Amino acid sequence: MSEATLRATPPAVAFDVEAVRQDFPVLHQDVHGKPLAYLDSAASAQRPTQVIEAMGEYYRRDHANVHRGVHTLSQRATEAFEGAREKISGFINAPSSREVIFTRGTTEAINLVAQSWGRTNVGPGDEIVISYLEHHANIVPWQMLCEQTGATLRVIPMTQSGEIDLAAAETIIGSRTRLLAFGHVSNALGTIHPVAALVKLARAAGALVLLDGAQGVPHMRVDVQALDCDFYAFSGHKLFGPTGIGVLWGREALLRDMPPWQGGGDMILSVSFEKTTYNDLPWKFEAGTPHIAGAIGLGAAIDYLEQIDFDAAAAWEQELLHYGTATLGAVDGLRIIGTAPHKAAVISFALEDVHPHDIGTIVDHAGIAIRTGHHCAMPVMEYYGVPATARASFAFYNTKDEIDRLATALLQAREVFA
Amino acid sequence: MDLADLYRDVIVDHNRNPRNFRKIPPPCEHAEGLNPLCGDKLQVYVRVDADDRIEDVSFEGSGCAISVASASLMTESLRGLTRPEAEALYDRIHGMLTGTEEADIDTVGKLAALAGVRAYPSRVKCASLCWHTIHSALAGGGVVSTE
Repeated sequence: MSEATLRATPPAVAFDVEAVRQDFPVLHQDVHGKPLAYLDSAASAQRPTQVIEAMGEYYRRDHANVHRGVHTLSQRATEAFEGAREKISGFINAPSSREVIFTRGTTEAINLVAQSWGRTNVGPGDEIVISYLEHHANIVPWQMLCEQTGATLRVIPMTQSGEIDLAAAETIIGSRTRLLAFGHVSNALGTIHPVAALVKLARAAGALVLLDGAQGVPHMRVDVQALDCDFYAFSGHKLFGPTGIGVLWGREALLRDMPPWQGGGDMILSVSFEKTTYNDLPWKFEAGTPHIAGAIGLGAAIDYLEQIDFDAAAAWEQELLHYGTATLGAVDGLRIIGTAPHKAAVISFALEDVHPHDIGTIVDHAGIAIRTGHHCAMPVMEYYGVPATARASFAFYNTKDEIDRLATALLQAREVFA
Repeated sequence: MDLADLYRDVIVDHNRNPRNFRKIPPPCEHAEGLNPLCGDKLQVYVRVDADDRIEDVSFEGSGCAISVASASLMTESLRGLTRPEAEALYDRIHGMLTGTEEADIDTVGKLAALAGVRAYPSRVKCASLCWHTIHSALAGGGVVSTE
């Protein structure tokens, strides 16, 4: 290797991936007789023992309903549940845990904003602006809102590299824009979007900003105050926590003015047939018994990320991204789709003449799990003129060896169809 | 399960060179098959003569190797069959793909090559899409979806 090449290689990161892998029991198994290489964390990440145990311990020892009983177990459950909210609040640097609302996931969080804030504040002539690169969960709730209110949905186009077209954004975001909603990181391509530039445009237009952070939170430290957005939504299961739990963070002043979107227990202070008084934040938006174990598991996932040094983990993921881009890019006939300079550890690709679903089955036989399909981002697929892509996504528990194995399996896929 | 049991030579061949990959000009029966999960989209055309016999059958569209090969093999097998014979074959193939019936090379011929998909539950829909679509075309057309 020449000196120039050596200099161009990103510095090795001091991160003990083998030690971290010991915390993830699911990774230690064979699939089709080969060691599992799980390269599908963008669809759903795996959980460390610490998360599984925290949930197990809660069910074994502490389970009762929250906010209801005076008995000991109910108090323990309430403390653990509200303790998880505090951890999440700290993790995303929310000014107050009152701004942290538990939902079923990112999708429900976005729907909450669309239905509660949107139906109150949006009307005919108003515009909701999204980007071409959105996940369906950040498209359909706004389409529904527009149908309900007579508002118009506008879409900022994308560029060939898979980025939001900022020049077009400047002409689309304007005085009619009430809300700009876009992904922090594109799930289909991995592009990290320029939040600061887009927030600036929205602020100049007097519009609010919602960030779909499902793919943001797992890959980088998120500070909702520094991002200067108004709402940030994310899911537990992509952050090494449980499925069925997610978070909507919103500015307190906005949340206070928003009406509840679901009615029931826990979201009220008093109920009579004449008048119901709603509960304070955040419980106003949490009708019914919540996913208590899910919140506790998510809190445990955050503890885990802090314990392993989340910043070092994120740096390791970037190294995997560089390595994967070079290694997969060298596979004959492989085209990487999404080539933005700032990306999270996601590589979407097409392999000449081999349909993504055939790729998925063939690499599965080599023990490798990747996602194939439209990634719930059909407009992005349509933009590139493909029905689907194959997507390898990395978490900090992945290794370069797994990427090498994927490259080898892709060569085999080409051979099958040669 | 060996990968070669799924991607048999006949499937690789029919994927690379799909047979009867064309439109049939009207009059004919036509139906569209969609697999929203994969993005597969097939158009199936069939012309039935006065004796209720399939005179011509063809397809167009895009999909994975399994779905393209399955459609190609299907068009070869159906030509010359009467409508009831085609329906009987549809039932047998359906049974073979879902595992309720054994693959019998005497009754289904080359289509037995598709039997490998039953070991891959996520891929059964790829192989069966064209069959649901022809079923719909023979029943008067329309759009079928695997979802």
